[in-house]
Amino acid sequence: MVRINGEEYQYENRQLTAILDELKYDRTRIAVEINEEIVPKVCYDATVLRDGDIVEVVSFVGGG
Amino acid sequence: MVPTKEEFYDALIERHGAENQKKFDNACVAICGLGGLGSNISICLARAGVGKLILIDFDEVDITNLHRQQYKAGQVGIPKTEALTSNLKEINPYITVETHNTKVTEDNAIELTKEADIVCEAFDKAESKAMLVNAILENAPDKYILSSSGMAGFGSANLIKTKKLSKRFFLSGDSVSDVNDGIGLISSRVMVCAAHEAHMVLRILMGETEV
Repeated sequence: MVRINGEEYQYENRQLTAILDELKYDRTRIAVEINEEIVPKVCYDATVLRDGDIVEVVSFVGGG
Repeated sequence: MVPTKEEFYDALIERHGAENQKKFDNACVAICGLGGLGSNISICLARAGVGKLILIDFDEVDITNLHRQQYKAGQVGIPKTEALTSNLKEINPYITVETHNTKVTEDNAIELTKEADIVCEAFDKAESKAMLVNAILENAPDKYILSSSGMAGFGSANLIKTKKLSKRFFLSGDSVSDVNDGIGLISSRVMVCAAHEAHMVLRILMGETEV
């Protein structure tokens, strides 16, 4: 089990890129932290979620 | 008559306490984007006596900015960096301001904000917000990054919150109200969000890193 933005998912052992696509995140508008550490954009493909990971996907909206 | 530097800082110490004021005075904060968020954040920090601000924006003041950004009708057409510096100096003549009339990119973000203890993301486009937050968190591990997302429209001001997402990353806003949904940008709600960012800056500077 992993937790993404407070919701539980059965996404352990899966690639971050695939999960972001499945949850329909626009990769140009997000920042991803796993266990409070930023995941560099170039590492999305190489990052695999592990059981117990806490993931925060910040999806920015426009306005300022 | 304009107060002397000593009079000005004595008045700040009376409100903030000498210990906090010293921390504010010694601080350098970068404001990336000088629109509704950035111009208001800058005014708050200048009033609080933050010693140095780095102001970055490539744009000029436009008539459509005047409803929510801290510029004056007579400043339309002037670079925002120049107009805001002038307005800040009227409020606090003793602040140090460094300006960069340029667009922040992945390639120059770290160099432009090099001297800052805290970086405020204050852009309008979602992609620019994400770019800066990623750039700072990935490449400047000693800095705090404060960002805003979701302050458009007439929704309740009470929905604007500040969250601490990790040790150095704070996010203000309601996370969902997108200006691209055609709900407009309202001065008061943008100012609430800007005040959240500015207030968190001051809290971090005085050593309070929880929201």
